Amino acid sequence: MATIAIVDYGMGNLHSVAKAVERQGSEALVTSDPSAILAADAVILPGVGAFGDAMACLRDTALDAVVAQAAANGKPLLGICLGMQLLFARSEEHGDHEGLGLLPGRVVRFTGGTYKVPHMGWNRLRFEQPESPLFAGLDEGHVYFVHSFHALPERASDLLAVTEYGGGPVTAIVGRDNVYGMQFHPEKSGELGMQLLRNFLKLAETTVRVS
Amino acid sequence: MLAKRIIPCLDVKDGRVVKGVNFVNLRDAGDPVELAALYDREGADELVFLDISASVEGRATMIEVVRQTAGEIAIPFTVGGGISHIDDMKRLLRAGADKIGINTAAVRNPQLISDGARKFGSQCIVVAVDAKFNDAWGEWEVYTHGGRTPSGIRALEWVREAERLGAGEILLTSMDADGTKDGFDIRLTRAVSESIGIPVIASGGAGKKEHFYDVFTEGKADAGLAATIFHYKEMTIQEVKDDLLHKGVEIR
Repeated sequence: MATIAIVDYGMGNLHSVAKAVERQGSEALVTSDPSAILAADAVILPGVGAFGDAMACLRDTALDAVVAQAAANGKPLLGICLGMQLLFARSEEHGDHEGLGLLPGRVVRFTGGTYKVPHMGWNRLRFEQPESPLFAGLDEGHVYFVHSFHALPERASDLLAVTEYGGGPVTAIVGRDNVYGMQFHPEKSGELGMQLLRNFLKLAETTVRVS
Repeated sequence: MLAKRIIPCLDVKDGRVVKGVNFVNLRDAGDPVELAALYDREGADELVFLDISASVEGRATMIEVVRQTAGEIAIPFTVGGGISHIDDMKRLLRAGADKIGINTAAVRNPQLISDGARKFGSQCIVVAVDAKFNDAWGEWEVYTHGGRTPSGIRALEWVREAERLGAGEILLTSMDADGTKDGFDIRLTRAVSESIGIPVIASGGAGKKEHFYDVFTEGKADAGLAATIFHYKEMTIQEVKDDLLHKGVEIR
């Protein structure tokens, strides 16, 4: 059974994510222990709250380097919601903050005006790269979003899925090699969310078999 | 574009689901965690737990219900009922609730809305409003304490104030329509939806699947909430959704 480290750096409730991972048949380990994170078969970086606070918490606990190391070791890494935004180089949320820089690009605020911010509710995914292993066997459908900022990846090839909001496409899923991010909450996104999570966890099982 | 949401509401007392018709005559309709998981499987987009426990023990039980539910379901859920402090909110959010509904306490102390929004984010704060038409005013009045106490506050003014203070959503119950099964209160829902920029969950009066279509189109609601009709299997969530889909409404 694959062990999935859910990085606990003091931001948000990790209970739902952990339970969702367990329901897919993997072991969920909510931890801030660097060696446990590096020993896990895959790493999930959750997060709610503000970008700057989250990066400060990660740096204070030195977990920023641990997450980057796990990614460099080729371990499947999934950022969820704010955790996805943290994968990028920069964010303009309440100032200008440096992120983990695992993916080139930046995080910007929805301009609003003619539409509501936060973008909250069920919105439809459009797969930009249907051949991604995350989408194996899946159809496009609705997932649950709650966010006021959104990511602008620099490379089009990192953009795996988008959703339409505020008159344009919004980054929903990003990925490159072993690093993935979901702007919505797969653990709150019904059956499709569970299937996306399951497909990510399959990457971890593949890692287990190879090693 | 965001999908319209169908939300079953579970009234929970001392860890068991009950539903009052016109806020009285409670009947036991089952285990909240099991019912929540069932609604998740049946296609509910979200759930609302309304804790109507009066005792300290009952409230403690609710935390456990929330914790178990969060582990069982894969959709967001709101917990409301008797929440009057930031600490109550924090406990429920930590147990796994996604949003907190506040009603009487917000009317008594509107700062609870802004404190909650600042601490947990607007998306976590749902202001529940029980409204009844006041003939003398020619408009709707806010009631508190489970619909027992007229507040003297105009509903349309209150929802605007709640939005200004940072509410993320309004859960609007029409006391006139609640329990009738004659349909949602379209006039009230539309008036509230047109007064504010945050989502409105319409509640009270759902009796037929067509009622959801009416409240989403004419009532301009973002979500429709019901209890009795779903609990007693008078219709399924899927039947409601099939009807909406057939009529071209965006749903999940």
